[in-house]
Amino acid sequence: MFKGKDIVSISDLTKEHIDRIFEVARDMIPIAKGEKKSKLLDGYILANLFFEPSTRTRLSFETAMLRLGGSILGFTNPSATSLTKGETLADTIRMIDAYSDVIVIRHPLEGAARLAAEFAEVPVINAGDGAGQHPTQTLLDLFTMVEEFGHIEGLKVTLMGDLRYGRTVHSLAVALSFLGADVHLLSPRSLKIPKHVLREMKSKPEIHEQIDEVISDTDVFYVTRIQKERFPDPTEYIKVAGSYAITGDTVKKMKKDAIIMHPLPRVNEITPDVDFTPHARYFKQAFYGVPIRMAILALVLGVI
Amino acid sequence: MDDQVLKVQKIKNGIVIDHIPCGMALKVLKILGIEGDVGSTLTIAMHVKSKHGWKDIVKIEDRYLDDREIDKIALIAPNATVNIVEDYKVIRKHRVKVPEIVKGIVKCMNPRCITNQREPIEPEFKTISTEPIVIKCKYCGREMSGEDIVENII
Repeated sequence: MFKGKDIVSISDLTKEHIDRIFEVARDMIPIAKGEKKSKLLDGYILANLFFEPSTRTRLSFETAMLRLGGSILGFTNPSATSLTKGETLADTIRMIDAYSDVIVIRHPLEGAARLAAEFAEVPVINAGDGAGQHPTQTLLDLFTMVEEFGHIEGLKVTLMGDLRYGRTVHSLAVALSFLGADVHLLSPRSLKIPKHVLREMKSKPEIHEQIDEVISDTDVFYVTRIQKERFPDPTEYIKVAGSYAITGDTVKKMKKDAIIMHPLPRVNEITPDVDFTPHARYFKQAFYGVPIRMAILALVLGVI
Repeated sequence: MDDQVLKVQKIKNGIVIDHIPCGMALKVLKILGIEGDVGSTLTIAMHVKSKHGWKDIVKIEDRYLDDREIDKIALIAPNATVNIVEDYKVIRKHRVKVPEIVKGIVKCMNPRCITNQREPIEPEFKTISTEPIVIKCKYCGREMSGEDIVENII
């Protein structure tokens, strides 16, 4: 069901696909931690095409491939490639396709991964295309919730911060609604989730502007960064960012087993003292990116 | 054809595009790329009374439409009919249909969409709603409707 499959958007995957990815990812955890060795992808080559910088996602794909005994080629600086000579993305992909067994692509333009998937014979995994999709992030976010609570259905998940421009939060909101979570959206009015995302969601989420409305009964707080450049007036930014931050004081009002997630990098939206509370899961969440990407690679390459 | 249509002259050969939503006749011409000297007679009737309210009609002599052009009309006039006229008689009546896949007719309005780069692909959309018409870019996922579609007809 997976061999040769492109993973461009989370909507390319059914619930069965997602369950299978999680099942394999769970088995990959000891290998991801380095406790167990694996040669599962020995002899396979991953092409990592990063047309814009991204440390976390790129390193996590590289670790995933190396932990499974595979090899990597690619670039992180497109100015050193023939793209600066005016080559089309389609041509670049056709060439890389002949050199590798699976392609991972991060590109600043929306829809670039879909185009790559059309021109490549080998499977293409979208590692983020502009403000568009970033399905492996969505999968690791969902996986974190499943690992922490055992299920997603019925979980009260509050997505908070910048819900308008935040790339990861749109596909996460849609996926959560299809998996039966009770989704709540918390953001300043100017950074509300776009209407088209609401339309795609299976059930209508509740919308809030004050953290007090959700603080005491949320299971998962998914915090995103509010970027300074979204606000023409810097004093307005300071005010807004302050009222959507998670601090040691906010944590005290949370449910005992509530968790805090964040796609990282974070700036001021979660204060460092929160890191030491039992609610913080963002670093563990970042680790889960490795077994999830290992599972995806192994599945699309058809070795399991 | 009802009496109102007869207010304008019958054509010998050509097409009659009927049931265009009121005020959209000029946009239909824009979509068909008809401007300036068309080489034949063109008649536009706007705000014509019909059974279901008001409509626009366009008659073009000595011109026929291929499917691609008809699909284009459907995007702004989903209930339009195209009558093919030969020797003053309607020989075929064709009801336009919004295609499920809109390919190579509209370009994506998102400037950050890969289809607006120099790449060897045709812009492609999926029709996600027909009333009102909403189409979604296959590549970047941007949804377009109304004026945005009209303005981005290729």
